[in-house]
Amino acid sequence: MSLPAGVQRRSFGDEDGVLATRGEPAYGEPVVDGWRRWDAHRSKLGATFELGLDTGLSGGDAVLYLGAANGTTVSHVADFAGPTYAVEFAPRPVTDLLAVADSRERLFPLLKDARAPETYAHVVESGVDAIVQDVATRGQADVALSNRQFLADDGRLVAALKARSEDVTADPAAVFEDLLGRLSDGYEVRATARMEPFHEDHLAVVATPR
Amino acid sequence: MTTHGWFADTAVRDADAAADAVRNGHADAPENWPAAAVEDGVVDDADEYYDRLRDATRAATRAAVRERERADDQQLVHAVRTIADLSDAANEVAERAVEWARTLFDGVDDGIAGARDVAGRSANSPTEERAIALCERATGLADERDRAQGFVETHAPTVAPNLSMLAGPVLAARLIALAGGLDDLAKLPSGTVQVLGAEDALFAHLRGHAPSPKHGVIYTHEYVRGTHPDQRGSAARALAGKLTIAARVDHYSGDRRPDLEAELDARMERIRARETE
Repeated sequence: MSLPAGVQRRSFGDEDGVLATRGEPAYGEPVVDGWRRWDAHRSKLGATFELGLDTGLSGGDAVLYLGAANGTTVSHVADFAGPTYAVEFAPRPVTDLLAVADSRERLFPLLKDARAPETYAHVVESGVDAIVQDVATRGQADVALSNRQFLADDGRLVAALKARSEDVTADPAAVFEDLLGRLSDGYEVRATARMEPFHEDHLAVVATPR
Repeated sequence: MTTHGWFADTAVRDADAAADAVRNGHADAPENWPAAAVEDGVVDDADEYYDRLRDATRAATRAAVRERERADDQQLVHAVRTIADLSDAANEVAERAVEWARTLFDGVDDGIAGARDVAGRSANSPTEERAIALCERATGLADERDRAQGFVETHAPTVAPNLSMLAGPVLAARLIALAGGLDDLAKLPSGTVQVLGAEDALFAHLRGHAPSPKHGVIYTHEYVRGTHPDQRGSAARALAGKLTIAARVDHYSGDRRPDLEAELDARMERIRARETE
């Protein structure tokens, strides 16, 4: 699998082959020669790369990022992607996200609810190359389906599904099966991988719109 | 059907109007907005479009965050204490008003319902005028209490979304008020949250002549009140634990954690299952 242009494997101290992007440091991560370490243990998209999934992401892509939180992962995405729309619902993390956006010309922070795309459809352009989804709410499949309208026909959904957000008591494998079944209403699932050891009870999914 | 982008209907060069459109606008479906903006002559090219969009989204989001954070816990504390005071005052005034009204009218019900009934009547004497006016006061106090309660119900989820999700908005607000604020509540140990509102019983226990209280105001939660008395202490302890975590998440991170509710449900199911054994 190939990394998008703008994401490289670099050496940090005695560690080789560590993911990194070029940009302003955002959260105290190590920087060597202008490359910021992208820790797969702190970022589900980073883990998705480490797991070897072909995300189909390319340098300069237009990206809609759902569940941006305080901007840890979004900062790396904006480093290699083109216009990046970062949607997050909770006000406190968005304060950090705004700081991340200060040094990134094409990162657009939005305090909006990913379950209500009509509240940002007047801002986010259609035909984005990728939707990156990491929302820890019940109804993750519905979020992906209702945001499909933003995606180009040849675009990709790169999602980190969290089993415990749907049902803490159920077996994660059963939750994932159910979520993938519902995703198939609007997407064709291309690849999946459990995210252990980086993130527990998460499933990385790459899908294309049907 | 709305098919306008954020830049339509506003001079996109007016920063305030553009930010407001980003915040409050909506559309049924996205379109190729950069191309549309160039076509409409709003901007010269996509680069200028993205520069404008960057200014507008950052201003809009900064303003939205500030407003959401201003919905602060102290307003909630005032509202909760107001509800308690108004309840007492409304009942006390209604009691006096109804007692007076009964000497003038037949068939007046007890309490605020009786006062409300009399409040609508027209007076035929100066005496009736006074009694009816007092009934109107009692009714007005009760109405204001209801409005304060409505305020708590809509504002508690903004101030403390996770705590409100688990406890319900009114109990969430009462816990915040008893602790003195969300930051104070977030610093309390779970065992203290469990007995908030039962201070009399707690100090009687500490003085050594009463059993320890099992619960304070969290008694009003269905998971405590609706649990068999033998298991109620366990239920109160489990609920207080989750409420404490919820208050801390609300204060320190502000994230939504739907997992908490499912975890609480699962825990309660196990505790309640014991009573049938």
